Amino acid sequence: MNRKIVVFSLVAVALAFAASAQAQGSGQVQLTGAGATFPYPIYSKWFDVYNKQKPNIQINYQSVGSGAGIRQVLSGTVDFGASDGPMTDEQLAQSKDGVLHFPTVLGSVVPTYNIPGVDKELNFTQAALAGIYLGNITKWNDPEITKSNPGVNLPADEIVVVHRSDGSGTSYIWTDFLSEASAEWKTKVGRNTSVNWPNGLGGKGNEGVSALVKQTPFSIGYVELIYALQTKLAYGRVQNSSGAFIKADLASTTAAAAAASKHMPEDFRISITNAAGKTAYPISSFTWLLIPGSIPDATKKSTLKDFLKWMLTDGQKYTQDLGYAPLPKEVVEMELKAIDKKIK
Amino acid sequence: MAILTSAEKGPEPVVVPRSFFARMAEGDQVAHAITLTFAASVLLITTLLVVTLWTHSSLPRAKFGWAFFVGMVWDPVAEQFGARPFIYGTLITSAVSLVLAVPLGLGAAIFLAELASPKISDWLTFVVELLAAVPSVIYGLLGIFVVVPFVRTVLAPMLIASLGFLPLFRGPCYGVSFLAAGLVLAIMIVPFIVSVSREVLLAVPRDQREAALALGSTRWESTWKIVVPYALSGILGSVFLALARALGETVAVTMVVGNVPQIQASLLAPGYSIAAVIANEFVEATADIYLQALVELGLVLFLVTFILNGLARILILLTARHRGSPA
Amino acid sequence: MSAWAGSRHRIVRKIISYLMLSLTSLCALAVMGVLLFILGYLVWNGGSSLSLDFFTKLPKPVGETGGGMANAIVGSLKLLLLASCIGIPIGVIGGIYMAEFGGKTATFLVQFTADLLNGVPSIVIGIFAYTVIVLKMKHFSALAGGFALGIMMIPITLRSTEQFLRGVPVALREAAMALGASKWKTIVTVVVPAAYRGILTAILLSLARVAGETAPLLFTAFNNRFWSPGWNQPIASLPVVVYTYALSPYDDWHRQAWACGLVLLGMVLVTNIIARTVLSRGISIPR
Repeated sequence: MNRKIVVFSLVAVALAFAASAQAQGSGQVQLTGAGATFPYPIYSKWFDVYNKQKPNIQINYQSVGSGAGIRQVLSGTVDFGASDGPMTDEQLAQSKDGVLHFPTVLGSVVPTYNIPGVDKELNFTQAALAGIYLGNITKWNDPEITKSNPGVNLPADEIVVVHRSDGSGTSYIWTDFLSEASAEWKTKVGRNTSVNWPNGLGGKGNEGVSALVKQTPFSIGYVELIYALQTKLAYGRVQNSSGAFIKADLASTTAAAAAASKHMPEDFRISITNAAGKTAYPISSFTWLLIPGSIPDATKKSTLKDFLKWMLTDGQKYTQDLGYAPLPKEVVEMELKAIDKKIK
Repeated sequence: MAILTSAEKGPEPVVVPRSFFARMAEGDQVAHAITLTFAASVLLITTLLVVTLWTHSSLPRAKFGWAFFVGMVWDPVAEQFGARPFIYGTLITSAVSLVLAVPLGLGAAIFLAELASPKISDWLTFVVELLAAVPSVIYGLLGIFVVVPFVRTVLAPMLIASLGFLPLFRGPCYGVSFLAAGLVLAIMIVPFIVSVSREVLLAVPRDQREAALALGSTRWESTWKIVVPYALSGILGSVFLALARALGETVAVTMVVGNVPQIQASLLAPGYSIAAVIANEFVEATADIYLQALVELGLVLFLVTFILNGLARILILLTARHRGSPA
Repeated sequence: MSAWAGSRHRIVRKIISYLMLSLTSLCALAVMGVLLFILGYLVWNGGSSLSLDFFTKLPKPVGETGGGMANAIVGSLKLLLLASCIGIPIGVIGGIYMAEFGGKTATFLVQFTADLLNGVPSIVIGIFAYTVIVLKMKHFSALAGGFALGIMMIPITLRSTEQFLRGVPVALREAAMALGASKWKTIVTVVVPAAYRGILTAILLSLARVAGETAPLLFTAFNNRFWSPGWNQPIASLPVVVYTYALSPYDDWHRQAWACGLVLLGMVLVTNIIARTVLSRGISIPR
């Protein structure tokens, strides 16, 4: 009786092992990527569609924040990373073969808020946003905010500031903008994926920030546009360098990139916050896939190259439905040339 | 050992020494060797763990030394790492959880050990041990959707209104706070306190209670003044065990504590804990010293829980010794 | 005795006694109530999402409803399989060593390190597995996750095996030896089978415990939106999915988090109930 149990359990374990090994079939490729939460909605859509078109290729992308994306691609624990804050020179120096930046879409970061009783679109001056995040402006009915919003009854409640608790490209874009908007911010806090925030609550990922804002009355946070749209949160207009209050959408984001695409550097690292242009949305940015400069595995290399080419051509069709602006034509052409040249 | 027995009567059996390999062919030595290897692997793994933690935290230890534990600023960009906010948060949330869980747990344990009939007591203890088995992420899930809104909309206003003169209950409350984390932790550690305390209470000899009752004490007096003090070291041990668990808890805390590295007197303010910061920042620690600072935090946590667990075992052992002593 | 001993105060003391003892029963009720609340809340929020799709389909991209969590459920089972390959052999065979072969110092040493390992916070185990496996292999993988969970299983299975083996009566061993069996034969054919119920209970309980662990998987097994082939790829698991989805702002993901939580809790509770009632029947299980 005992022997039967032992034999039976051993056989069961062996079968379980065999079944769960789920050995990779020939031609089956699985790539792992990690990084920015900013473009996660469009990336997850892309990888899903790509997998449907080519069922033997699975690209597993985890949105853990740009900081983690940079770190993991430097450690080599993922096949590619993603970030909306371009890597700094010191970070690039840490890798032997370098890390290539390939822009994928254009997105925008919006100030989203949850003020019970106020469902109108608010206008924010650059000074207002900087003041709120510095902690100088503490109440919703502060004159800096009310003066841009005549006719809106803003309450006297304290503003609850929400920022990112993790290393974030979205934070990079936001702090980049605040550094342009306010000299005080530039010297006190600076621009980076991870800063010493003067105040506020921390949410993990764009997801965490939108969740916190949604659950916390009188709060304000910064998220990528699609997160505000998908969670039905109100988001405000931001004053650009020409003085106009611009709402983030495809047109204004594209306008922000118009000048940049003519001056795109070779390594594609460029900031378009506070771009010139009357209709440009001031908190826009490219977001990049981080590809290791040298990929030893031939299958992975060709898969990544194929995907990048697909992304630059077919993939751009899916961006608008999710609120991201497609890349300008000049940038696409530059990238297609760079793919074959640069990825060794 | 092969024993050559002689066919003749009288003479001693002759023991012939055999070679090492011949002896190994004998199953016992093999079995001894195999089981020893497996047991030794436990030592190997644990040593490797401690060594890894030590070597992978060398950079911040060299750079900051003891200042690491008192530094207030955690700034990865400037590469300044001070662990004080996290240590504070870990201690405060655990303290809050103990304050809530110990009375509740001890009360339940007293009920189960002294009042309930054996059958009910066994059944209810079974339920309590099931509670101990609930995964921490489930507590975190309930924390986000039940505890945090409860704290923000019901508990905080109540506390501020009634006890707002204390610095403990001040300021705006967003729900995510030291208090919310303490509440969730309290629910998580109560089962440990209940089951261990119940066992030590049951282990107290009958004659102690009967002597007290014979001298005219009420049921409660005999319990509170005689039985509980007798089992006190065991109960304290259960508290230490629960504390060790609370200190190391990661996901349930990080989901409700607010993730803000700050030291605030008010329990209603958001905070951070050692385990939570490791979970949040480990995958993205870009600089080596950043990663190693997080490992050093892990080392600290490990040392503290090690000491607590050791103390707990000693205390529980003391109660067991007590049990053996004559009345 | 104290000044309270007078009969005048006896009524007051009696009232206090009734009050305090009723309080304790309230405490016990509160503790029970929590478990019922947890179960009820999960069933209420997650029960409606448990469809056939949930158990068989893969997750959909963000923003699209539907899809399932088949890969997380299978992923958790795979990780448990890996963990048992480390936890069970080392725990059981090591326990056999401690109970049958070990001398006093050896046993104390192994016991001490096992207790040390038991007390390590799970996030620290995750750090260890990351440094030792993920960094070396340059890969997040099911292997790393299984390794982390397996280490957590060792102390529980070790202590329990040792305890139950020691509990086997000496008479049984002596009888076997009297019949000519060598030591190892005695252990394999008599002692272990006599204690197998308790050992099996301990194995099930330790499996249930590590099944719910999230922290050690965060940077070892990572996560995966697809099936995880082989042992070398990141793999989805129920606790990590609950954690990630709960922190998201999407209502649909919240719904799925509740459902995953319900499945996870169900698995853990059922295993615990089986282990504690069916198998152990009165054997007290060491902490």
